[in-house]
Amino acid sequence: MVQNKTLGSRIFDIVNTIILTILTLSCLYPLWYTFSLSISVKSAANAGLVTFYPIGFSLASYREIMSDIKFFNSFWISIQRVVLGTGLSLIAMIMMAYPLSKSKQEFKARDIFMWIVIFCMLFNGGLIPWYLTVKSYHLLDTIWALVLAGGLPVFNVILLMNFFRNLPADIEEAAVIDGAGPWRILFGIVVPCSLPVIATVTLFTGVYHWNEFFNGLILMSDASKYPLQTYIQQLVVSIPSDTTLTPDQYKRLSELSNKSLNAAKVFIAITPVLIVYPFLQKYFVTGIMLGAVKE
Amino acid sequence: MKTKKTGIQKHYYLMMLPGMLWLLLFSIVPMFGIIMAFQDYNPGQGILHSQWIGLENFRYLFQLDDSKQVIINTLIISIGKIVLNLIVPLAFALLLNEVRNLRYKKFVQTVVFIPHFLSWVIMASIVIGIFGYNGVVNTIAGWFGAQPQLFMADSSIFRELLVGTEVWKEFGYNAVIFLAALTSVNPNLYEAAAIDGANRWQSMWHITLPELTPTIVLLGVLSLGNVLNAGFDQVYNLYNPLVYSTADILDTWIYRLGLQNLQFSLATAAGLLKSAVSFILITVSYVLAYKFADYRIF
Repeated sequence: MVQNKTLGSRIFDIVNTIILTILTLSCLYPLWYTFSLSISVKSAANAGLVTFYPIGFSLASYREIMSDIKFFNSFWISIQRVVLGTGLSLIAMIMMAYPLSKSKQEFKARDIFMWIVIFCMLFNGGLIPWYLTVKSYHLLDTIWALVLAGGLPVFNVILLMNFFRNLPADIEEAAVIDGAGPWRILFGIVVPCSLPVIATVTLFTGVYHWNEFFNGLILMSDASKYPLQTYIQQLVVSIPSDTTLTPDQYKRLSELSNKSLNAAKVFIAITPVLIVYPFLQKYFVTGIMLGAVKE
Repeated sequence: MKTKKTGIQKHYYLMMLPGMLWLLLFSIVPMFGIIMAFQDYNPGQGILHSQWIGLENFRYLFQLDDSKQVIINTLIISIGKIVLNLIVPLAFALLLNEVRNLRYKKFVQTVVFIPHFLSWVIMASIVIGIFGYNGVVNTIAGWFGAQPQLFMADSSIFRELLVGTEVWKEFGYNAVIFLAALTSVNPNLYEAAAIDGANRWQSMWHITLPELTPTIVLLGVLSLGNVLNAGFDQVYNLYNPLVYSTADILDTWIYRLGLQNLQFSLATAAGLLKSAVSFILITVSYVLAYKFADYRIF
C-alpha cells in the first residue's frame, strides 16, 4: 500500500472516521430511537423525554399489542400480500423474461412485446384512471387489489431478461439436442442458473409489498382490511387534511399520540425487513449493477 | 424442423401470457381512461356517455392559483433532491474509499443501506419523532432554554426538511454505484501518483474523481426523468395543510383533487400532463445516456 504518514494525512484519517461514524450512527438512529421509545415508560415517552436512550424500562406497549386484534389482523393481511404478490409476480416475470431474452429470429414477436413492455414502464394512465379501472373490476376491498393492482414490476422483468440473455448459450443448446422443450429448459436450466438475480428480484418485490401503504389506503374502504403499513400510517403519521387546521390544533394533535405504543408497532413492522436485510444486502448490489448493465 | 420451430413459438406466446395479461389489465386498460381528461366525466354516465369538452379541463387547470405553486414546489423539491442525491453519495463514496480498515469499511457499508429499505411511513414516524413539537430536537433545544418550535408546520423550512430527510434516507443506497465504480479503478494509478509525490487530496482530485466522471454524468442524465417526481410517499406522510403552500407537489395535489374532491376529469388531465412530460424526459434521458455513455437498459 502507498505510504501516507504525514501529519495532514493522519488528521484527514481522524476527521474522515468521525464524519463516517456520525453518518453511520445517523442511519442506525431510526431503529434505535424507535426501539428506545417502545420500551420506555409511557409518561416519559409521551412527554418527549426519550432522545438517545430508553427512559425507564417497560414492556407495557408490547403487552398491549398482544391483545390488539386490529394490529394482528393488519399484520396478517400484509403477510398474505407479500406471499401472494411476490409469488405470483415472480412466476409471471420469469415466464415473461425468458421469451424476451430470445433474439428476434428465435421469437418472432419479441420486439413488439418488448416495445409494449417498455411503454408500460415509461408511461401510465395516472392515478384516477387506474383507480377507476381497479374499481370497475370489483377488486376494491379484496386482497387481490393489493396483490395485483400495483401492476407488474416491469423493471424487474428487464433485470431478469438481461441476466437470462447473458447466460452461456451452449448449455441451452445441449438441452435442445437432448430433446428438452422450452418449459423444461426454462425451469430446469435457466432458472437454476439464475438464482442470484431471482433472489434480488424476489427480495425487491417482497420489500415493496411489505412497505407499500398507499394502495392499501385508497383501495380498501375500511380499516379492518388495511395492510400493516396503512394501519400504521393512519395511526401514527396521518394528519387530517382539513385546511382549517391551525398551529395550535397541530400542537395538540402531536401531544395526544401514544408514542411508546406507536413506536412498538413501528418496531414490529420494521423487524421483517431487518430479518431479510442480510440477504438484501448480499444481493441488492448485484441487482443494482444488473440494472446498469452495459453491452 | 420448421414445424418444430413454430411449435416453440407457441410455447413462447404462452409464457408471455400471464405477464401480458397483467400489464393489459392494470397498465394498458387504465391508459384508455385518459380520455376522461377531455370529458366532463360523470360517474353515473361513465366514460362512454360523459360529455366531451375538449381542452377545457386543461385550460381550467392553468387558471387555478394552486397549479402554478404546485409546479414550482415540485420542481424545487425534485431538483434539490436530484442534485443532492448525486453530490452527497459521491462525497460519501469518496470518503469511504479513503478508509484503510476493511472491517470498519464493511460495517459502514452494511449500515448505511438500512434506511433505504424502510418505508416512508416508518421513516415519517421517525422524522416526526425527531422534528415534531415534542420531538427530539425540541427536547434537546429545551435543555438550553429554547422554546419549542413547530418545525413540521413551518412552511418556510419544509422543502429543506423534505430534501434533507430524503438525502439522509437514500445516500447509502445511492452510493452503491459509485462504490462499485471505485472498485474497478486501477490501483497502479494511485501508486504512480504517490511516486510522483501526490498527496491523498491530489490523488482523490486527479484520479478518483475523473474515474467517476462517466458514472456521475450517466446518473445525472438518467435522473432527468424524475424532474416531476418529487416523492409522493414522503410528502404525503410528512406534510399537513399548514405547509401546503410550499410542500404540495403534483402527485399529492392530483390525489386530493381526484380522490378527495372527486374532480375526476381535472385530476386525470393533471395526471396526463405529468405522465406525458415525464415520458418525454425519460425517453430523452435514455437516448442521451445511450449516445454518450453507451448505456442501454434493454
